[in-house]
Amino acid sequence: MFPYSKYLRTNRLPHIWCTGCGCGIILKAMLRAVDRSGIDRNTLIFVSGIGCSSRTPGYIDFDTLHTTHGRALAFATGIKLAKPEMKVIVLTGDGDACAIGGNHFIHAARRNLDLTVILYNNRIYGMTGGQPSPTTPYGEKGTTAPYGSIEPSFDVCRLAAAAGAVFVARSTCYHATQLDKLILKAMNIKGFSLVEILSPCPTYYAHLNRLGTSLDLLMGYKRNSIPVEKARRLDPSELKDKIVTGVIYKTERPEYFEEYHKLQQGITENGRLR
Amino acid sequence: MNRNQLNIRLMSGNEACAEAALIAGMRFFAGYPITPSTEIAEILSRRLPKVKGVFIQMEDEIASMASVIGASLAGVKSMTATSGPGFSLMQENIGFAIMAEIPCVVVNVQRGGPSTGLPTNPAQGDVMQARWGTHGDHPAIVVAPGTVNQVFEWTIKAFNLSEYYRIPVIMLLDEIVSHINEKVILPDPSSLAIINRKHTTKMPGEYIPYQNNANMVPEFIEFGLGYHYHVTGLSHDESGFPTNTPGIVNKLIRRLNDKIEKHRHQIIKLKTEFVDDADTFIIAYGSTARSAHFVARMNRAKGIKIGFIQPLVLWPFPGKEIADIVKNAKSIIVPEMNLGQLSHEIECACARPVISVNRVDGNMITPEDILERL
Amino acid sequence: MPVTAKKYTIKINRELCKGCQFCMAFCPENVLAMKKAKAVVINPEKCTGCQLCELYCPDFAIEVEKKNE
Repeated sequence: MFPYSKYLRTNRLPHIWCTGCGCGIILKAMLRAVDRSGIDRNTLIFVSGIGCSSRTPGYIDFDTLHTTHGRALAFATGIKLAKPEMKVIVLTGDGDACAIGGNHFIHAARRNLDLTVILYNNRIYGMTGGQPSPTTPYGEKGTTAPYGSIEPSFDVCRLAAAAGAVFVARSTCYHATQLDKLILKAMNIKGFSLVEILSPCPTYYAHLNRLGTSLDLLMGYKRNSIPVEKARRLDPSELKDKIVTGVIYKTERPEYFEEYHKLQQGITENGRLR
Repeated sequence: MNRNQLNIRLMSGNEACAEAALIAGMRFFAGYPITPSTEIAEILSRRLPKVKGVFIQMEDEIASMASVIGASLAGVKSMTATSGPGFSLMQENIGFAIMAEIPCVVVNVQRGGPSTGLPTNPAQGDVMQARWGTHGDHPAIVVAPGTVNQVFEWTIKAFNLSEYYRIPVIMLLDEIVSHINEKVILPDPSSLAIINRKHTTKMPGEYIPYQNNANMVPEFIEFGLGYHYHVTGLSHDESGFPTNTPGIVNKLIRRLNDKIEKHRHQIIKLKTEFVDDADTFIIAYGSTARSAHFVARMNRAKGIKIGFIQPLVLWPFPGKEIADIVKNAKSIIVPEMNLGQLSHEIECACARPVISVNRVDGNMITPEDILERL
Repeated sequence: MPVTAKKYTIKINRELCKGCQFCMAFCPENVLAMKKAKAVVINPEKCTGCQLCELYCPDFAIEVEKKNE
């Protein structure tokens, strides 16, 4: 038994998520990662935007900030720069981070400020009742795409890596034991790290696209996932519609506040750098 | 004091704003370049690292406002500066700061609008946006200095009001007051009253983040000290958690508004001159007050009984206070660089028509413009 | 109500269970079933303590604890 309740605001439960929603699985994985990290919980701050995923902070017993739609990373930037000694974790969704917050997402990655982003990707806007998001696959339905989406979708991990993230990983709610390991790795990175997690939305995504139950979605993740190590040996054509899991991308770059701190330290009286 | 000992400088309004913010204790600035406010960001990008503060140029004004709120919640006095188009983008997060009661200062150097309008010309078209720009019933504190000295003084006051009432305070400057260079006598910083938000003395576990107080302002504690509390833009109860219970939401919205409205007498500030025996009044704010003041002085010299009123705080609107002063007036003149945003409020407050002198062509209101209508 | 297996106690919180059936589906030993849209323990003695039910429960509704011998 894992002592989740140690980190929960148990009086806020039951949570608002639907039966079979993956948000709870991700939340639990995150708490396991936090526990294993050994980080003093008073130095952890959770920031979210708007949407199903972004309700997570309300249930966890830390300093928690539930912001405006798409802006979690920008709020988190202010917190982190004001208190760089804090570990700031951003909880967001596919619509929150990639549509309305897309600009903040790429720029936070570009700056490489030390933020850990956990992106719950259910491929739909759940809170507003099932509209297509930037990660809804081409041809799939939402309530405002009744004939199927005619837009291609984002590859969130490629987007983050291209924008400058130093750690990019992906997994799914089926791979629950992998989730906490990836989140912990992301937390231990100094810089902008992203863990994208495919998460079932039975109420809208599965229902509108006749994909069965939430369990069917989980099993779909199992069938369609390929570990990144294996994917690297395959032809790109063989990866069509596959979910590549694991640490997708990792690099090293100067972290934003480390650079800024040099300015704070290195400036002499006359304003020139040493 | 010996004249040589005075700290006298020639400064623009934007410079005065930046310097005063530093004296007020501001240590976090986030912004996005926009004419005619950019000098504030430029100055602070040089100055802040030297005082261990943080300057960051964000990707847009939405992000600027968001990070300002984040930094303030982490305990650092924060501000941003922008102009009309950027101010429009900030509105949603200004509403967040009002709802979550996060202090900060938002400087809007007004330029011609709507839309991109006249980037390099002055206007006063954002008076109503500063009051009602974000959605929902909400309180607002908006200050509008008209000289560089006033910008200096009111930047510090803006921070003080923001910290005391836990509300974003909007400074409405305009292109003229921001770019004009004037002599400023810098006060000894130790002589200035600097107000900091009231931190709770309660321990974690006892602290109730949005608990009502005698002054209707909840006690603050910054993130990162082990208090583990929740902040949301959703309607919330005193514990900070979302609720849609009608009675609790009603109480919250009324408290948020009452905390400003019930303290209006402590917030409002009118600068008046020659008002005691006046039968004609000119009421003007921001840079327009400069022309208005000139007209009042000139006509007094000619023996005309003209009075000058400059509201330095536009919101909460000093309607009662103005009505009191002008109750026996023969005529009231309200010049402003818009189509009558404040003159309409004054008409309502005084229950009588006023002479509105308006320009929306990107030029300042000259003394001649006012004299024509006298 | 806690149900005691040979070595493991499976606690189901009916207030929190939303009936998604993940626990039942992931249990390799048919320990769990659904009754009135809530998870119930039907074969406690078969529990091997793998904790997959707990891992996949999105609702914090199920806990598997090793019994103190």
